[in-house]
Amino acid sequence: MTNADIHSDAHAPILKVRNLCVYYETPKGDVLAVDGIDFDLYEGETLGLVGESGSGKSTAAMGILQLVVQPGRIAAGEVILEDRNLIGLSENELRNIRWIKLALIPQGAMNSLNPTMTVGAQIKDVIVAHEGRQLRGDLKARILEMLSTVGLPGRVYELYPHELSGGMKQRVCIAMAIALNPRVIIADESTSALDVVVQRVVAQTLLKVKQMLGVSMIMIGHDMGLMAQMADRVAVMYAGKIVEIAPVAELFADPKHPYSQILIESVPSLQERKPLKIMEGITHDPRNPPPGCIFQLRCPFVMGQCRVDPPPMRASKTGHLVACHLYEVSEDGELVNVRVAARDT
Amino acid sequence: MSELLLEIRNATKLYTQRAAGGVSREVVALQNFNLNIPKSPASIITIAGESGSGKTTLAQVVLGFTRLSSGQIIYDGQDISTADAQQMKAYRRQVQAVFQDPFGVYNPFYRVEHVFNAIIHNFQLARGNAAKAALIEDSLKIVGLHSEDVLRKYPHQLSGGQRQRIMMARAYMIKPKLIVADEPVSMVDASLRASILDVMMRLKEEGISFLYITHDLSTAYQIGDQICILYQGSIAERGRTVNVIDRPHHPYVQLLVDSVPAPNPKMKWKGEITLPPEEEMRSSIHSGCRFYPRCPKHMDRCLIAQPPLYQVDTVDHEAACYLYAEDAIPTDVPQSVSV
Amino acid sequence: MAVTAQDGVVVPSVKPVRTPKKMGRFNRWDTPWFNYKLIGGLIIIALILLLGFLGRIFWNPKLALTGSSPQDLPPVGLTTSLGNVGTWEHPLGTEDSGRDMLALLIIGAPNSFLVGVIAATIGMSVGIFLGFSAGFIGGAWDNVIRLLSDVTITIPALLVLIVIQSLLRGVEVTTMALLISLFAWPSPTRLIRSQVLTMRESGYIQMAKLSGTSTFSIMFREILPNLIPYLFASFIGNATGAILAAVGLETLGLGPQRIPTLGGTIYYAINASALLSNMWWWWGFPTLLLALMFIGLLLINLGFDEIANPRLRRSAQ
Repeated sequence: MTNADIHSDAHAPILKVRNLCVYYETPKGDVLAVDGIDFDLYEGETLGLVGESGSGKSTAAMGILQLVVQPGRIAAGEVILEDRNLIGLSENELRNIRWIKLALIPQGAMNSLNPTMTVGAQIKDVIVAHEGRQLRGDLKARILEMLSTVGLPGRVYELYPHELSGGMKQRVCIAMAIALNPRVIIADESTSALDVVVQRVVAQTLLKVKQMLGVSMIMIGHDMGLMAQMADRVAVMYAGKIVEIAPVAELFADPKHPYSQILIESVPSLQERKPLKIMEGITHDPRNPPPGCIFQLRCPFVMGQCRVDPPPMRASKTGHLVACHLYEVSEDGELVNVRVAARDT
Repeated sequence: MSELLLEIRNATKLYTQRAAGGVSREVVALQNFNLNIPKSPASIITIAGESGSGKTTLAQVVLGFTRLSSGQIIYDGQDISTADAQQMKAYRRQVQAVFQDPFGVYNPFYRVEHVFNAIIHNFQLARGNAAKAALIEDSLKIVGLHSEDVLRKYPHQLSGGQRQRIMMARAYMIKPKLIVADEPVSMVDASLRASILDVMMRLKEEGISFLYITHDLSTAYQIGDQICILYQGSIAERGRTVNVIDRPHHPYVQLLVDSVPAPNPKMKWKGEITLPPEEEMRSSIHSGCRFYPRCPKHMDRCLIAQPPLYQVDTVDHEAACYLYAEDAIPTDVPQSVSV
Repeated sequence: MAVTAQDGVVVPSVKPVRTPKKMGRFNRWDTPWFNYKLIGGLIIIALILLLGFLGRIFWNPKLALTGSSPQDLPPVGLTTSLGNVGTWEHPLGTEDSGRDMLALLIIGAPNSFLVGVIAATIGMSVGIFLGFSAGFIGGAWDNVIRLLSDVTITIPALLVLIVIQSLLRGVEVTTMALLISLFAWPSPTRLIRSQVLTMRESGYIQMAKLSGTSTFSIMFREILPNLIPYLFASFIGNATGAILAAVGLETLGLGPQRIPTLGGTIYYAINASALLSNMWWWWGFPTLLLALMFIGLLLINLGFDEIANPRLRRSAQ
């Protein structure tokens, strides 16, 4: 998908998230796990959501699916799926949307398979729970087809989860997610516990499934290498906020936000040996974020304005968005680094 | 007086697995593993492999927690399986460890200082409170922490990265010659991993060798000097890290290096690979090369006997594959294991 | 691309409401130890113990001796059909041997507790020793202990105790406690053994071995402190069971004869047909006190369960 495709009106966003805020109540104040994120998911694309531990990416997934439980709550925002705001819907209405339109492969999914039921029975459960009772023969045929889509042999239908390897279990979870032909799949750390080769197989399965069924996908993870392979666009999260969204090639070639720059630079690669780049984790208290830019305590380019005003998200016409006072949009729609520009004049 | 710190000779470890239905099966965790670790210079030796490759078993036997089925681990001329309590204590002075789970290694009942107290007391590292405190502060300094920040805290109050660094400090305190680091960063958040790997490199400069056990080739590439890649209990390829990863020879290692996702959108995975059915992979042929079912270049010869290590490329770069048999001299002939 | 875009700038919508820090459902008192059940149970037990210990000071214990008081008096304020009137000198009434009820309760309550405490302590000590060694050493020793404890648990304790004590014809409190503790050790043994087996594989034990810590030190300095919550809960459970067994034996007349006990009082009451002669205060007050004692112990047990297992905790509403 080229940059032009992303902007043509033919591809309208299938999922729009506006100002989503998910807060957790604690005795010492609210933890702002997700604090006002905005993004669009276009039809057929894979959007990667990256961030370190504590950035709020898994919480964001829970928020989108309305699965936030006490002491968390959705404090504000809208999640618009096909022109319908999911926030505020009743449980019944949500049940018609979850799994059928919007599916989740949660973190550690392969360990959450029911150990007392066969794989076939579990997938059957999912289908029956959302579509009502089905004809037995049809159902089995459908499940077998799903299993072959994810590259599993038919005999897996009769097997129990403990008889499967990690990669196979994860592919069963993918099969369960696509069982009802959803339009959007959110995959949270789908490959993190797997060996390298198995990870590749599962990732390629996910891509194949996506292409075959035309599903749009949000991939949550922290492995930048995997994002480079799988994602079309990538959104970078830090401490509950999205700091940059860009097409994947642009993000790797020219990361704009200082945090993205640190992130890209610190990824170890097999191509060259470079000195280790030491990072700290999130340094501020998530209950009490500093006023102004969320990244100011770690930013090597912090300016006075950063400590006062939270930077708005600025967009270039090529679809590169960044929330940083360093950048302004020029007349021809390009993002310009004001510091560099000032230095050059 | 040998030049070698540790000599692992033909180490083999078999487990009997009783499957449901009472059928016993022997699983080969480690097979004819050989490794010589020199006393100096200090180096980081990576043992890489996926789950089931035998790397954790290797850590357990080197640390003396499990006995080998056959083979020897020789330290200072003495096989540690026949060592008495005194000798084991001397061994522990030279070989320490850092484990994978940064939380499980702390006794939740005590504050963090407990991990230092035990080792100081048992090995008489310092006398008197002042000397003890100074020793602890010294060790913490080398990992970038301060006593007053961490000692009086409970383990759950610190981050994974801090906990792992404290474990490094504890291992360093006794000034061992070798630290076995079993997946030290895999359970630590990605952004904090570099600080721990950095500690390992700094300790190497202080003269401590590492046996770095991992499944992550990227970090191995960044800090490892030598690498030994295991597949289902046997060495597939070994040599200097840069050589092995830049120019892999064993088909398994080639597949591995190829499958690591490159953080470069222009370098996507080429081609789709499929995995053979699970049973074939684990309980495959017990003689012959274990990689046979998955190998795109397998030959009939590979089914007969397990290939020994052949030299490829440079003098210390070896791969266990018959592809390199013609023009090479076997450097290491394994004895067959009857299973 | 976004809701409102001006000059390529995305303007976020209204800021959400954050709960002010002072408000909220949480306050400093939200520590799990302030568990209603635990506190309630502790208060009840404390009151009963107070009754026993302070009562000896403020009330004449000699009134518990036979013939020290007028017979068959009802509690104060009541009159029986035979014309006996309750007085303040014997506020809870007397029974037919001329013993004052209040004095009986004051002497009897601590005795029941004593039995429970002794039996539970012995059972726990044996359990710690056997459970630890079985879990840590394993092998043949483990098999033997496991066999013994499994067999002992299946023996109907009360039945055996009834037989033993009826043969002995008259036991002391301590003897009874010792006999009960014969059956009190398997449960803590199994509990500790299974916990030790689990903890033995944990990372910090491996670390302790690497640090050169001796096996003995590992058991008592590393494992035992983490067992304390389990030991406590097991102790309370054991004590409850022991008191129940003791009361059962006393009520059957097999308990200590020479000192007043709660169960023994009930036995005499039944024997003297107090149920028929409507002297409800004779068996009523000891029963009430015993019921309170068990409720208190049960609440402590439940409270501990809730503290140890956060899933059972109700959040402060």
